[in-house]
Formats: sequence, C-alpha cells, structure tokens
Amino acid sequence: MDNPNDITVAIIDYETGNLFSVEHACEYVGLSAAITSDSTVIMDADAVILPGVGAFGGAMENLKRLDLEFPLKDFIATGKPFMGVCLGLQLLFSESEEFGRHKGLGIIEGAVVRFPAQTAVGGPVKVPHIGWNRIHKPSGKDWDNSPLRNLNEGEFMYFVHSYYPEPLSKDVILSITDYEGVQFCSSISQKNVFACQFHPEKSAKAGLEIYKQWAGLIKTRII
Amino acid sequence: MAKNIRIIPRLDIKGPNLVKGIHLEGLRVLGKPECFARYYYETGADELIYMDIVASLYERNSLHDIISRTAKEIFIPLTVGGGLRTIEDIREVLKAGADKVSLNTAAIKNPEIIEDAARKFGSSTIVVSIEAIRQPDGKYLAYTDNGREYTGIEVLSWAKQVEDLGAGELMITSIDREGTGTGYDIALTGMIANAVSIPVIACGGSGTSEHIAQVLSDGNADAAAVASILHYEFIMNNSVEIEAGNEGNVEFLRSRRGFSKIKPVNLREIKEYLYRNNFKCRYNAMTGETNG
Repeated sequence: MDNPNDITVAIIDYETGNLFSVEHACEYVGLSAAITSDSTVIMDADAVILPGVGAFGGAMENLKRLDLEFPLKDFIATGKPFMGVCLGLQLLFSESEEFGRHKGLGIIEGAVVRFPAQTAVGGPVKVPHIGWNRIHKPSGKDWDNSPLRNLNEGEFMYFVHSYYPEPLSKDVILSITDYEGVQFCSSISQKNVFACQFHPEKSAKAGLEIYKQWAGLIKTRII
Repeated sequence: MAKNIRIIPRLDIKGPNLVKGIHLEGLRVLGKPECFARYYYETGADELIYMDIVASLYERNSLHDIISRTAKEIFIPLTVGGGLRTIEDIREVLKAGADKVSLNTAAIKNPEIIEDAARKFGSSTIVVSIEAIRQPDGKYLAYTDNGREYTGIEVLSWAKQVEDLGAGELMITSIDREGTGTGYDIALTGMIANAVSIPVIACGGSGTSEHIAQVLSDGNADAAAVASILHYEFIMNNSVEIEAGNEGNVEFLRSRRGFSKIKPVNLREIKEYLYRNNFKCRYNAMTGETNG
C-alpha cells in the first residue's frame, strides 16, 4: 500500500452509540479516522461514516440539534464515499415508525419498520434481532464494485436491531438477510452511499474485509 | 431451530487475572484474560463477556485497560459487567471499548437505571444479569454480588420488569450450577426464556457440548455463556505463562491438573457438535471455519 493514512474519514459523533469500535476498525485497515461533529471537518474529509446505536427519533433530534443534518446531506451530494452503519443506515431513509413516525434524512426512499412479534406460523419472535446471520446476494445482483466484493455469498455478519429498512426501489438492495422468516434488506448501495444494517466492525475478519474494501474504493476515487 | 444461536465465552476477571471458581467462590487464577480472549476470537467466539467479579465489593469496575487493549484487536461484541453503578460508569466502559454493559446489583437497587441507560445508550447496549439461587420450596430468587447478597426478589417477575424497563437482553446465571460442570439449570432458563420476548443468555454449569445443546433446545435460550470448559482446554493445549507476581491461588495452574467434572473442548468443537445436531450457528460446514 502507498500511504493509506492520507485518507481521512470523519466518524460522525451525534451523542449516540459506540463510535469507538468503528474508529478501531478504520485504524485496523489503515484509515485515518476522526470522531467529530464539526461540519468543516466533515466537509473536508475524504469519506464519512455515520454509525449509530439507539432510537431513531432521538438520533434525528441530535443530528438537528448539533446542526449535522445539512452537512451530512451536503457531503453525500459531493459524491464522496459515505458509509452508514446500523442506525446510520436507517437514518438515511425517508421515515421510521420507531416510537411514532419520524422523518429521516431522506437520502434513500423508503421506510424503517419493526420486526413482527410473531412468525408467519404464529411462533414468538425475539426482538431485538441479536447475533450472527447470513447476508445473501439478491438475484441478478453482484457485489463486484461494492465493499462486499471479497465476501462469500452467505457470509455471517453481526446484527443488533429491532427495525429494518424497506427501500422503495429494489435496485438499491445490496444484500438480503432472513430473520424468523422475514427477508429484509441488510445492506444498500446507492451511488456513493454504502450502508449496512449489520455491524462490520463487530463481524470479525469478514467484517474487517468490508472496511478494507471500502478503504480501497475511497483510494481509487481520490487518486 | 430457525435462529442462529450464539456461544459466548465468559471471562471472570479479578485484578489482572482470569479466574474461575465454583458457585462464584473459591477462585483459581487461570492466566491473562487477553490471551484467552484472543484465542476465543480466533476460534470462533460469537461475543465475549468480561466480568469484574470483585468490582461489586469495591463498587467500581477496574477493567478499563483490559477493555481498551481488547477492543483494539478483537472485532466481535464485548459485554462488560461488574461494579457498574451509574450512567457515568456505563459511559466510561463503553468509551473504553465495550459494546454492551451488564447490570445486576445496580439494577436491583435502582431499577430506573435500566430505563435511563436504555434511553441514553440504546436498549441493545443494556444486558441485565440475573443471578438466581433455587430455594428449598422450588422458587428462584435473585441475588447480587456474585450470589452473596440475598434480595428476596423472585426472578420471573424481575425478568419481566427488566424487559418492560427496556433492557435489550437478559443473562440468567444459576449460582447453584455455576462452575460445577453439571449442566445448565434448564428449568430456570426455560421459565424465563419462554416468558420474555428479548433474547436470553444462559449461564452457569456447562461441562460438555451436550449441556450447551440442551439449554439451547430444552431451555429455549438464545445464547449460551461458557467458561470452564473453554478455559481448561486453552490451558491444557497452550502454554499459559505464570507470572511470579500473580496474586491469588495459582497452585492449580502450576499443577496443570484438569477438573474432573468437565470435558474441555474448544469453540470449533462446540460449533461442530451443535451444527451436527441441527442447530444454526456461525459455522461453515464445508471448511469447519468458525471465524469467517
């Protein structure tokens, strides 16, 4: 590798969740990461990660209160690489039904909905969905130009969530996962935006491979 | 079995050492927690739990350095418990690199902390640990401080209350079985797992892979915490350095004796056993790989 430290990644600090594991994963693949809520740092970064654990409504309020809503939209509009993780994926959607209806950033058309309390045959469903689960390629889709490009079909990733995204357009769906019979969209790709419902930074070697490939994509773009 | 189950090594830590007792008492020093954690990560642990088991006595968690060293090299979820009393304590261990916290004593003394912490850090960050002892009349009561302090609280109603307060997961430990290698308390685990809709981690008693399979099927647990069988396998098959300065009971470690009740196995062997018995878990049948 040349000098991967030339690549700066802004990890958005909006007072929610654990940012440190994302920072550690970036460092592990040689990205120079800064945890920040400063819009200047964000706009100057080569790439941005929106992490997040917690509730949708509260997270959107924090983004607004910290004046981060428009810097994030502006950054995405520049076409530079952007990654959303878990709640960071959900916030990209138009709206969520978590604790009443909340508007999201509206980058991806669609809604975030809750897992049903019962399976199709009436069995109980444990929510949150916590643990390792497989990600699958939707039919006709390949992972060639995405951060998933080095993964095997059906790779295991670590999930923690009670809600999942339902994009309006199937075209943005990069992977599908099955939990208790619900086939949900577990990652998306739309132009410069890559986002995953699972936590690659908590998904051992396969997850770190996603960070590594994402770093590679940033590098290709900025050189 | 529709869901992927989890196998979670639990590391009880006292000062700088991994320790293991029976019924959470009579502790033996086993070695450096980080060495064990790295081995478990490499062999396919789904998550890790670090418990500061003397923290409650001193009312503080002292694992910050061990947590931050672990978080830099181990990329699976890490739950930290022991001595966490306040929102600020929780924030500190999360900042050190923990992904979730486990609350017991603090939650019993002040149940509102569950609600407060779930709101601040997200439900999925808050695991409530319930340590249960079966009473002569068959009832299970919750204890704190590693089974030392009687609370008189009945575990099933407490578990439901904890769920309502917004905890993301429950860890149910049978103090009676803990460290004995005689199997999990299936009745206790099943009673709670069937009554709540959040995931339940069974803890205490695993002596064989069969015990793990049993609590996941008959006890309906979503995950199994495992300690002795993994720790002893690591000690038997790897050279564990014994530092001269180690405080505590290291006689066991020097002798390299096994422990008659348990059958040491590693995580690959456990996953393979579960896979062959039709459980879904992070295991690649083609390659035998547990850490993709």
